[in-house]
Amino acid sequence: MGKSLFEKVWDAHTVRTLSNGQTQLLIGTHLLHEVTSPQAFGMLRDLDLKVAYPHRTFATVDHIVPTDSRVEPFADPLADAMINELRKNCAETGVTFFDMNTGKQGIVHVVGPEQGITQPGTTIACGDSHTSTHGAFGAIAFGIGTTQIRDLLATQTMALTQLKVRKVEVNGSLRPGVYAKDVILHIIRKLGVNGGTGFAYEYAGEVFENFSMEERMTVCNMSIEGGARVGYINPDEKTFEYLKGRPYSPKGEEWEAAVENWKSFASDPDCEYDDVVVIDAADIAPTVTWGINPAQAITIEESIPTVDSVKESEKAITAEALEYMKLEGGAPIKGTKVDVCFVGSCTNGRLSDFEEVAKYLKGHKVAPGVKAIAVPGSQIVDAICKEKGIDAIYREAGFEWREAGCSMCLAMNPDKLIGDQLSASSSNRNFKGRQGSPTGRTVLMSPVMVAAAAIRGEISDSREVFDIRETANA
Amino acid sequence: MALEKITQVTGRGVTVAGDEIDTDRIIPARFMKCVTFDSMGEYLFYDVRKNEDGSDKKHPLNEERFQGASILLSGANFGCGSSREHAPQAIYRYGFRGIIAESYAEIFFGNCTTLGIPCFIATKEDIAKISAAVDADPSLEITLDVENEKIVFGDQSVTAVIRETAKKALVAGKWDMIGELKEAEAEIAAVAAKLPYMAK
Repeated sequence: MGKSLFEKVWDAHTVRTLSNGQTQLLIGTHLLHEVTSPQAFGMLRDLDLKVAYPHRTFATVDHIVPTDSRVEPFADPLADAMINELRKNCAETGVTFFDMNTGKQGIVHVVGPEQGITQPGTTIACGDSHTSTHGAFGAIAFGIGTTQIRDLLATQTMALTQLKVRKVEVNGSLRPGVYAKDVILHIIRKLGVNGGTGFAYEYAGEVFENFSMEERMTVCNMSIEGGARVGYINPDEKTFEYLKGRPYSPKGEEWEAAVENWKSFASDPDCEYDDVVVIDAADIAPTVTWGINPAQAITIEESIPTVDSVKESEKAITAEALEYMKLEGGAPIKGTKVDVCFVGSCTNGRLSDFEEVAKYLKGHKVAPGVKAIAVPGSQIVDAICKEKGIDAIYREAGFEWREAGCSMCLAMNPDKLIGDQLSASSSNRNFKGRQGSPTGRTVLMSPVMVAAAAIRGEISDSREVFDIRETANA
Repeated sequence: MALEKITQVTGRGVTVAGDEIDTDRIIPARFMKCVTFDSMGEYLFYDVRKNEDGSDKKHPLNEERFQGASILLSGANFGCGSSREHAPQAIYRYGFRGIIAESYAEIFFGNCTTLGIPCFIATKEDIAKISAAVDADPSLEITLDVENEKIVFGDQSVTAVIRETAKKALVAGKWDMIGELKEAEAEIAAVAAKLPYMAK
């Protein structure tokens, strides 16, 4: 019987079985950022341990960087201390650091793929739950805590329990105006916010085969929002095409050998999955969240659920969400007034996200009273957008074009909601207080839907705002 | 590295009710601007515990009768969201030494075990029973019996589950894995040598 990609990668990286029954797994690629790593370096110093494989750890700074001015020292002394701590830790241990002066800084999950560090058939870990993003390349990528960062720095391995594998198949073609973000919000809505606990999700079927690498990253990125620590897509020609010529991709004769090796990791056609879910692409519409977790989502055409309409086990959380969001059950979500619009994050902060929005933004203006910001996922995304004049289209429409970072996805920098502002956001979490104000409200959606909300000043159907129609032969 | 063998944890309880209590709720991101975990305990559940002016909101952790509690009770999918170890560090540094919930998010569960915090899984009904007993008598002692997978409170007890790998690690005093991971240096090098991308 064949094996899944997850099993093949797991087997190739297994060191041994530990006394508690877990596997000691080699993690070939370790990514670091400034928020979850300083304590790990501190623990290493306390234990007098060295970084075992410094050439396999790569760092950047993303969460705390201001996106308006990068002049140092930063206005926030705590943020300034954090970037300098990371600089010091990398310099002392020989870890590669994509600092702001390299032109390669950005959100760690944008930088890894962009540099060609993220490769098929590898294991990747980072002290960040959205590490699942890298699974888009057929890597097995884990979000980890700080003590595990220490373990990785000291040994390049960590203790893990093997996951089961659920194949999530989405077949058919997406309707016009439906994006990767809608696909993953739909999956989370269907399978639940904890439906993936204990599983790795293998995304398969025509929709993912047809997706670009960046669309695949958007889907894998939010696996954890459905409880799945790992999400991946089997590598194919698109994967190899994306990686060819990137700074850390294999070169010359090593390239051919690497591609052959990468192909061998794809799931075998006869492998058995622990579970299979099949979804029809035609059932997916532009999707938005209405509540306080990413599974509390509806299509733009639906009404917000009432407490009475949901099953018993969801009544309490539905009531809690409606109260927090100040929304009325039974009312349409369309037409809800927005205060802030955010395009960016490790979910939707890549070149194609900004390009797609720019296609529709031309000739439109952000509604009066709405604050709209666009934050590129990396300095490279920023540079390409500027080269192509994309930033100008955003500015002309009334968006602020910022510098690269995580920004308003979790508001660890100065970009925050104020009071109970409602934000239309292309990010990944709508938890209470997520965007920096303890009473701030977040509605997750695709970047094009964010642009539609910005223009109308209320949550809108982007297909109506931008006249995106079903083609005659669709 | 010799670690304490955690076979059981005893203390008073407090319930923070609700499902899907995420890591942003446990420790809001703005308090992670730090290079140590030292002050995390102060900010546990901050935004649901404190008003913006720093005064107390109505919250079980603010109630006098629950001060000193070291067993935290909650609902389903506790600790969902981010991988931030700041969340279990805040729980530990506030003074909690064990958690009882219906279920846990994967990464959070692993982070807790690494800090030596047993995470017990109990049914909704049993958690409600323990919560009611704690509410009636906040001085009630609760024991999380890791070895025998049961929760004893007053003269009652319920069976509960702790994941096998976590149980073994806690009971053997090997919940912090660094010592054991380090032992395998030669095996690690052998696996790395077979992987082309690990080459310098």
